[in-house]
Amino acid sequence: MKCQECDKQAVFHITELETGEVRELHLCEDHARTYLNQSESAEGDDAEKASGGGLTGPLTVGQTADELALLDKKACPMCGITFFEFRNQGRLGCPHDYVHFEKELEPLIANIHGAAQHTGRKPQRPQAEEGSQLPEGTEELTTVIGLRRSMQEAIACEDYEQAREVRDGIRGIEDRWLPDAARDPGSPPAGPPTS
Amino acid sequence: MKLDTLADAVGEWLRGTGPESDIVMSSRVRLARNVAQYPFVSRMSDQDRGDVERFLRERISSSSVGKQLDYIDVGRLEEIDRQFLVERQLISREHAEAQGARGVAIDGLEQVSLMINEEDHLRIQCMHSGLDLRGAWEQIRGVDDQIGSAVPYAYHPRWGYLTACPTNVGTGIRVSVMLHLPALVITRQIDKVFRSLHKISLAVRGLYGEGSQAMGDFYQISNQTTLGKSEEELVEQVGDVVPVLIDYERRAREFLVRETQQNVHDQVSRAYGILRTAQTITAEETMQLLSRVRMGVLLGLIGDVKIADINSLLIRTQPAHLQKLRGVELDTKDRNIERARYLRRHFEGGPSGSPN
Repeated sequence: MKCQECDKQAVFHITELETGEVRELHLCEDHARTYLNQSESAEGDDAEKASGGGLTGPLTVGQTADELALLDKKACPMCGITFFEFRNQGRLGCPHDYVHFEKELEPLIANIHGAAQHTGRKPQRPQAEEGSQLPEGTEELTTVIGLRRSMQEAIACEDYEQAREVRDGIRGIEDRWLPDAARDPGSPPAGPPTS
Repeated sequence: MKLDTLADAVGEWLRGTGPESDIVMSSRVRLARNVAQYPFVSRMSDQDRGDVERFLRERISSSSVGKQLDYIDVGRLEEIDRQFLVERQLISREHAEAQGARGVAIDGLEQVSLMINEEDHLRIQCMHSGLDLRGAWEQIRGVDDQIGSAVPYAYHPRWGYLTACPTNVGTGIRVSVMLHLPALVITRQIDKVFRSLHKISLAVRGLYGEGSQAMGDFYQISNQTTLGKSEEELVEQVGDVVPVLIDYERRAREFLVRETQQNVHDQVSRAYGILRTAQTITAEETMQLLSRVRMGVLLGLIGDVKIADINSLLIRTQPAHLQKLRGVELDTKDRNIERARYLRRHFEGGPSGSPN
């Protein structure tokens, strides 16, 4: 791919994210340097930003083509979204993406918000079953997204025993997190016919 | 809920009451939330979409706040009804134009609205007339707590509330005020004001939010960042700048009266004249003229019009409202004629006659 500013080979592929807008830049080394310096000096001018007031400017991450190609293929084990898809849409696929792509998202998020640690409110958790305390984070519940996918796959392969096992796993997690349910409507049906 | 009954009411944000309501139209807080056990909206299957809609609808309606809300199945609404809700700021344009299972729960006062399957699974909004960010924040916090005790919101100790777009992660809060700044526009100071707002991480948008142009000198100011500060700090960040903007606008209005009284009086009188006599008029021109008349009334240059009436005309002359009030669907040309007729009838109705 050619640099969008000149005829040289584009080696930097930059994704800009501005309040939901996604823009891609493909630049040679020289133009990438000029571009990145511009955005940095623009930030440097801003006293508010230096004092931690957050960023108004675009969010920028630069990688070499090889790094980016590799990173683009990385996929979330829960929802299956690749980093490439996220870069294109500017929207993540599921809550687990914040864990799976944490290393890649960290600079993006720090750039948008001028911070990388939540200091606001914490959620009220539904009362868990007696004795068990639900954690603050919802990582465990989010694994249900991946489990549902493997259950569907097991059913597709007619591996009903496996499907039943996964289903029980899902139920165990949901019972902990949604004790008063009217079971989550997304949970599996009563189960495949026993052979 | 019958949408047609809403058309007769003005809705919270145009009531024209509350502190500083000569300049601050409304104060709004919204929270972005997702259910932990489902993919985000853009990655959901149709099945997921329906499941999330049902899950949230059931949990909202069984909460005590939910009992005071009416649920509207947005996916089944006609286009004109969706547009109508957008004009009232009860749903976003994106939500109106999306596909598949989605809905909104709103209260009778039109202060609270809960959008299901917008960009995030749940968008809670609370809107108050005039400058009342604190009141809006306290109300929404209560709603969020109630729903959050029945819905496992996706949350991470480091990243906070997890949202589909990283620009909302953390608190998921967007705090905004809608300001009417005609004098800053006329005195050409508005760009300078906006540049300084950008420097302190505040965003400026036109009346109908993202991407739309400011119509009729109405601007929405909101926080740009959502992570690393508490909700209260972000409410303050926006709240702190509002008195400054109010002061600028008041000074610009005083300047106009002092230095260019004849000119301004002429401008607002002409605007008033067109609204009273036009035979066909677009929504944009109507907004622009109503904005000028609104300023004229506040400056004491037009004596026989009420601010509440101007506010009500601002919404009732919008395309979907106009058609709802008329009871028929109209194309653009006929809408412009009907709009002019509606305005003439309103102003003929007497000095401060009701637009009904």
